[in-house]
Amino acid sequence: MGKDRRKKLHLSKIYSFRRGKGGFKDDNAQIGGPGFSRVVYCNEPGGFEATTKNYASNYVRTTKYTAASFLPKALFEQFRRVANFYFLVTGSLSFTSLAPYSAVSAVIPLIIFIGAAMVKEGIEDWRRKQQDIEMNNRKVKKHRGGGVFDHTEWRNIRVGDIVKVEKNEFFPADLILLSSSYDDAICYVETMNLDGETNLKLKQALEDTSYIHDDENLSDFRATIKCEDPNSNLYAFVGSMEFEEQQHPLSPQQLLLRDSQLRNTDYIYGAVIFTGHDTKVIQNSTDPPSKRSKIEKKMDKIIYFLFGVLFMMAFVGSIYFGIVTKDDLEGGHKRWYLKPDSAKIFFDPKRAPMAAIYHFLTALLLYSYLIPISLYVSIEIVKVLQSIFINQDIHMYYEETDKPAHARTSNLNEELGQVDTILSDKTGTLTCNSMEFIKFSVAGTAYGYGVTEVEKAMAKRNGSPLIVNGKDYGVEDRAHGAKKSSIKGFNFDDDRIMDGNWVNEPHSDVIQNFFRLLAVCHTAIPDLDEETGKVTYEAESPDEAAFVIAAKELGFEFFNRTQSSVSVNELDPVSCKRVERSYKLLNVLEFNSSRKRMSVIVRDEEGKLLLLCKGADSVMFERLAINGRKYEEETREHVNEYANAGLRTLILAYRELSEEEYQAFNEKFVEAKNSVSADRETMIDEVAKKVEKDLILLGATAVEDKLQEGVPECIDKLAQAGIKIWVLTGDKMETAINIGYACSLLRQGMKQIIINLESPKITELEKVGDKDAVTKASRESVLQQLMNGKFQVAASSSEAFALIIDGKSLAYALEENIKKLFLELAIGCASLICCRSSPIQKALVTRLVKEGTKKTTLAIGDGANDVGMLQEADIGIGISGVEGMQAVMSSDISIAQFRFLERLLLVHGHWCYRRISSMICYFFYKNVTFGFTVFLYEAYSSFSGQPAYNDWFLSLYNVFFTSLPVIALGVLDQDVSARYCLKFPLLYQEGVQNVLFSWRRIIGWMFNGLCSAIIIFFLCTKALDPQAFNKDGKVAGYQILGATMYTCVIWVVNCQMALALSYFTLIQHIVIWGGIALWYLFLLAYGAMSPSISTTAYKVFVESLAPSPFFYIVTIFAVISALTPYFVYNAIQLRFFPMYHGMIQWIRHDGRCDDPEYCNMVRQRSIRPTTVGFTARSLARTNPLEMENIN
Amino acid sequence: MNSNTPSTSAGGTGSADSTAPRRNSKRPKYSRFTQQELPACKPILTPKWVISAFLLVSVIFIPIGVVSLFASRNVVEIIDRYETDCIPLDSRNDKVGFIQSPQDKTCNRTLTVPKRMKQPIYVYYQLDNFYQNHRRYVKSRSDQQLRNPGKEDDTSSCDPEDTTADGMRIVPCGLIAWSLFNDTYDFTRNNQPVTLNKRDISWKSDRDHKFGKKVYPKNFQNNTLVGGARLDPSKSLSEQENLIVWMRTAALPTFRKLYGKIEVDLQAGDVINVELQNNYNTYSFNGKKKLVLSTTSWLGGKNDFLGIAYLVVGGLCFFLAMVFTIIYLVKPRQLGDPSYLSWNRNPGGR
Repeated sequence: MGKDRRKKLHLSKIYSFRRGKGGFKDDNAQIGGPGFSRVVYCNEPGGFEATTKNYASNYVRTTKYTAASFLPKALFEQFRRVANFYFLVTGSLSFTSLAPYSAVSAVIPLIIFIGAAMVKEGIEDWRRKQQDIEMNNRKVKKHRGGGVFDHTEWRNIRVGDIVKVEKNEFFPADLILLSSSYDDAICYVETMNLDGETNLKLKQALEDTSYIHDDENLSDFRATIKCEDPNSNLYAFVGSMEFEEQQHPLSPQQLLLRDSQLRNTDYIYGAVIFTGHDTKVIQNSTDPPSKRSKIEKKMDKIIYFLFGVLFMMAFVGSIYFGIVTKDDLEGGHKRWYLKPDSAKIFFDPKRAPMAAIYHFLTALLLYSYLIPISLYVSIEIVKVLQSIFINQDIHMYYEETDKPAHARTSNLNEELGQVDTILSDKTGTLTCNSMEFIKFSVAGTAYGYGVTEVEKAMAKRNGSPLIVNGKDYGVEDRAHGAKKSSIKGFNFDDDRIMDGNWVNEPHSDVIQNFFRLLAVCHTAIPDLDEETGKVTYEAESPDEAAFVIAAKELGFEFFNRTQSSVSVNELDPVSCKRVERSYKLLNVLEFNSSRKRMSVIVRDEEGKLLLLCKGADSVMFERLAINGRKYEEETREHVNEYANAGLRTLILAYRELSEEEYQAFNEKFVEAKNSVSADRETMIDEVAKKVEKDLILLGATAVEDKLQEGVPECIDKLAQAGIKIWVLTGDKMETAINIGYACSLLRQGMKQIIINLESPKITELEKVGDKDAVTKASRESVLQQLMNGKFQVAASSSEAFALIIDGKSLAYALEENIKKLFLELAIGCASLICCRSSPIQKALVTRLVKEGTKKTTLAIGDGANDVGMLQEADIGIGISGVEGMQAVMSSDISIAQFRFLERLLLVHGHWCYRRISSMICYFFYKNVTFGFTVFLYEAYSSFSGQPAYNDWFLSLYNVFFTSLPVIALGVLDQDVSARYCLKFPLLYQEGVQNVLFSWRRIIGWMFNGLCSAIIIFFLCTKALDPQAFNKDGKVAGYQILGATMYTCVIWVVNCQMALALSYFTLIQHIVIWGGIALWYLFLLAYGAMSPSISTTAYKVFVESLAPSPFFYIVTIFAVISALTPYFVYNAIQLRFFPMYHGMIQWIRHDGRCDDPEYCNMVRQRSIRPTTVGFTARSLARTNPLEMENIN
Repeated sequence: MNSNTPSTSAGGTGSADSTAPRRNSKRPKYSRFTQQELPACKPILTPKWVISAFLLVSVIFIPIGVVSLFASRNVVEIIDRYETDCIPLDSRNDKVGFIQSPQDKTCNRTLTVPKRMKQPIYVYYQLDNFYQNHRRYVKSRSDQQLRNPGKEDDTSSCDPEDTTADGMRIVPCGLIAWSLFNDTYDFTRNNQPVTLNKRDISWKSDRDHKFGKKVYPKNFQNNTLVGGARLDPSKSLSEQENLIVWMRTAALPTFRKLYGKIEVDLQAGDVINVELQNNYNTYSFNGKKKLVLSTTSWLGGKNDFLGIAYLVVGGLCFFLAMVFTIIYLVKPRQLGDPSYLSWNRNPGGR
């Protein structure tokens, strides 16, 4: 039934879109020329011409590598990093006789680490490959010939094929629409995957092909399409179709793009014109900008610094080496035992400068242990594991939509712990983007008891009990909350109206008209469930759906739409019975952003012509008739009230048209619609404007875009953490301010600085219409207001400020010479709200903050309009909500709800930041310790390049004995548990201020490493030499000193790790003590191998070290004394100068975490009272009065 | 229904949640690992811990220090530096010339035993400023050749002492062997010769596995320039323990090498005459030569460093323990003082 009914719809008559005819001739003239060379022979897959055209297949590959290119490409990627390149160079040099160690031992760690990194790349690419395979193997119906369709995989689609796509399927390639299940060959398309817009778009085929309704029709269908070459422009298309020896121009109206979805249409037939990588969506996809975290950038600097140190060491060593080598022949230190007179170039005293240069290279090889070879790969492993933790966090899983958090890139984990400014979208991010009809005002009377979040917040702000419309909502709130979940989009409650009670209200006739307008004036399409008889609606926007649902709930059920009528089940006020009424739909005057209103013209059953109109207050009030302004004052009041309550309002009005008037209008309207000139839109607007006047006001609606759950609490927490939150929204200033209060972005005691251009002077100038003057005056005004604001902020040191700026002013504030001032002012304020801002402004503001403050910015948004912002910010967070995937696809991390941001930043961010920074510091520590023992030993071997340790000791240091503990640190360490991270949000400032990765701390760790190296080296050498080493009178030679020193280093670096850890799980015990145990096992196993393999390590443990008490005594001593400096430092620091996490650890340790006084003391630690988070923190106090006493 | 048995009702709802086939297919699985809630010990350096750690270290270190020092002090060591004294007065201006000349270099030294020395008494020579750890020197040997009689030709790493001038392979090749120490010592006490046991002075693993029992010296020191000692071509390398000891290279430029063992007790006041052949050239590079007689303790030879270091660190830890105790008592931690916050100290920003 429903199917048939829909089939008859000729929606093209209702909508004012252009039919395919009359495309611009000059465009079509280009066909066949350069750039427009594609020729598609439809429905001739095997034809001769088709095979000569070698168009891309529909196989889409998103992987970075292919099997063939993986090795060279991935290797290239790896060696692009300076450190890895250095190791490649040392690795190759180690095959020459320059090398102080054997080539194998040097190359194997490199192979291991590069291999690990490549395996990781490979796995990631394999996952992409799996997705590709899934995508390419989706099924679609393809015309096989003779009117028979059968299923085939997407990848088998060829250019020229005819495919049949059914309802809710995705288009497998770019198609030219031939016909659809509708008679006039239209179809609805959802382009969410392309541009994130959820509204349905209409496409229509050429009239000539719209006859195709059966598979059989296609058996001898032939057409030739000539069109442009593949390009990335989604909104333009030029082509022509030769069908039955006639040329028909094609436009984007006939083009169905891959990855968009067929909606509300049972099926369509389409001819494939672009496949695979030629499709517009894939041509359009660019790799997301790869972002690197600040820590990693700094790490590069550290590596350069270490390179500097390394070169210095090598340089000093070479100079010394050159001098002593020269001495061997001429000076007083002729080391005859080296036979200097027959030396090769490397040691030749006669060519000492040359020897020194060669030695320099050797030294570079030898000191390479200063640079942690495993750093990059360890960090990558750690980050992947951290991302898994983020993905797996059960507290960031949203039950309702079945969506866990998803870290799309693991590069930015630690950056999450350093966010200074959050730039947030409002709709869909802070709010649910599901509109709920909550209040309305008819004939000057306000209805609806519903209480919005904003009102609750306002009531809290004023400290007054929550009384709305005479009802106290303090108690009833709960019951109310339970009720609202029953009908989505409808949250209205007023017993004067509900259950048909409205008929008893004084202006029931107006109310009736009001409801009727809601039920008739829209473009929604009903979907009648045959079994239950329930009606659901498909609407272009959530607002519109809310209206239709509201009308239905209030007794005006819109249940059917035909091509020319709208049927509504109405409650008749006189008979109190439901009657079915049908309205003849004559015209739809569509909504657009400049008109800000939409109207329909209908003829009711009595034959009256009605124009029903709804629109924004700014355009509606001026269009009212003189006699239609009866309730204007009250309605305006109510609208303002609603806006203050954070609601979206619309004004509803109507008028009756006379026949003549309508005829005159319709003529002009049809003429305008059918015109082909470029200003067609304006013409339609003009015509519509003429009829949309002298309206009679009915009332106003208020729709709430509900705040997402937990948003105010989350924002409060983030503010307590000292994160600045800027909201960039398209809303009105009043709405934005009130939402600001609702989500605790604006708080009591904050001073507001409002910047707008609504001064009388500018308004006057605008009326005159002198654009230059307006611009000039506006600029001056903005500048002046900014200066004033800055002055205010500077003058007051004890207050927090909030800056509110509207889009127009923002445009001026972002101008080159003013933006610095704007930024300064904005930084001084705790919160900032930009109203009426455009997507580009959002991105510009983001860039301004990012580049102006050099601090980490995080952008969060859910819609396509946020994409620019997300990509511009250091971190882009996408809300995987209702507005499509566009934001998620361009984000770095996606979460389902705004409130998860709290956990993502305060817990995961903080931990990741802490882990990565500790890990990097520790990495440098352990390699400096090791590298410097090698260097010091050099000094005692006249810098000849003799390594202190056996080759394999050297190379396995980073691979086995010290690698796992540091990875465990990076994955598992927690300074304080998640609970305390959230309880003491200020802890987050450690990341923002970057105290854990400051140069001081990094150098401190390196210094610690240097100390350890010196202590170990001198203790070992002084203790071991020159006397007997054991009871048998044997002395300690080269091998024993090396093995002992190495043992000490392993112990020291592992124990240092144990000492620095604040979270000791079983895993850490295993890897730390296991690392040490592994060294002894290795020494045993390696020493047991034949001496040709183990060389200097042969039986060194079994025979020399193990039986000698001296070995153990030296080890214990070296370990304890090397750790003492750090221990003392740490004890003093933790006790007397604790960092914030230290304080929390103390509280936890003292068991005082539930003692409010203690907690407050720590929590109230403000940075400066004026800045961010202060007001939030003062609100968080248990007793606000106390605060006032202090001040 | 279950409400009167709370435990089952709780369990019931729990399981109902997990079994309900709602769309929560992507719900992360709970495990203590993925939720980062692994049981862990969270150590924190409380005063108690700090003080007891320091005390513990000092309690352990001071006795070890005392014992080590005691052991070291029990060792009797006689050191005789002779490189200058063994040059005749008239040659002292040109020591290098003297040592390189073929004249007799016998030199008599007298040592007095200060304290009773129990056997075994180890005899060492100590060289100074001799870079046995020079890379060129260390590498100039062929382990293959030393071990394996069939690998006599494996001298590639031995440059520049791989072959004689006429191309014959040298066994053992390389600079280390070539520069073998060649001073000799003969001890007499009260005109009675003291036997010097020169066996078992090298590491067993070297004798058994690194120096072949069937490898004999060949063409050794046959070049025009003779480095050091010659070897008895009839004795296999594994029996030439002075070579084995020498070839186990020292770690640092000052080193001792075991020369032999005296296996009789020496009494305090005993006068020992040493007749030494001062052959080895350390004069070119200003190296010292010392003859050392030493007993050993369980801790090896005489070196007070370790004992003293233990005592110092132990004492320091004790001192720190005291200091920390006093600080903790006198100046308890002030949690409420915001100036401790590191980012408060540099009020950047604004």
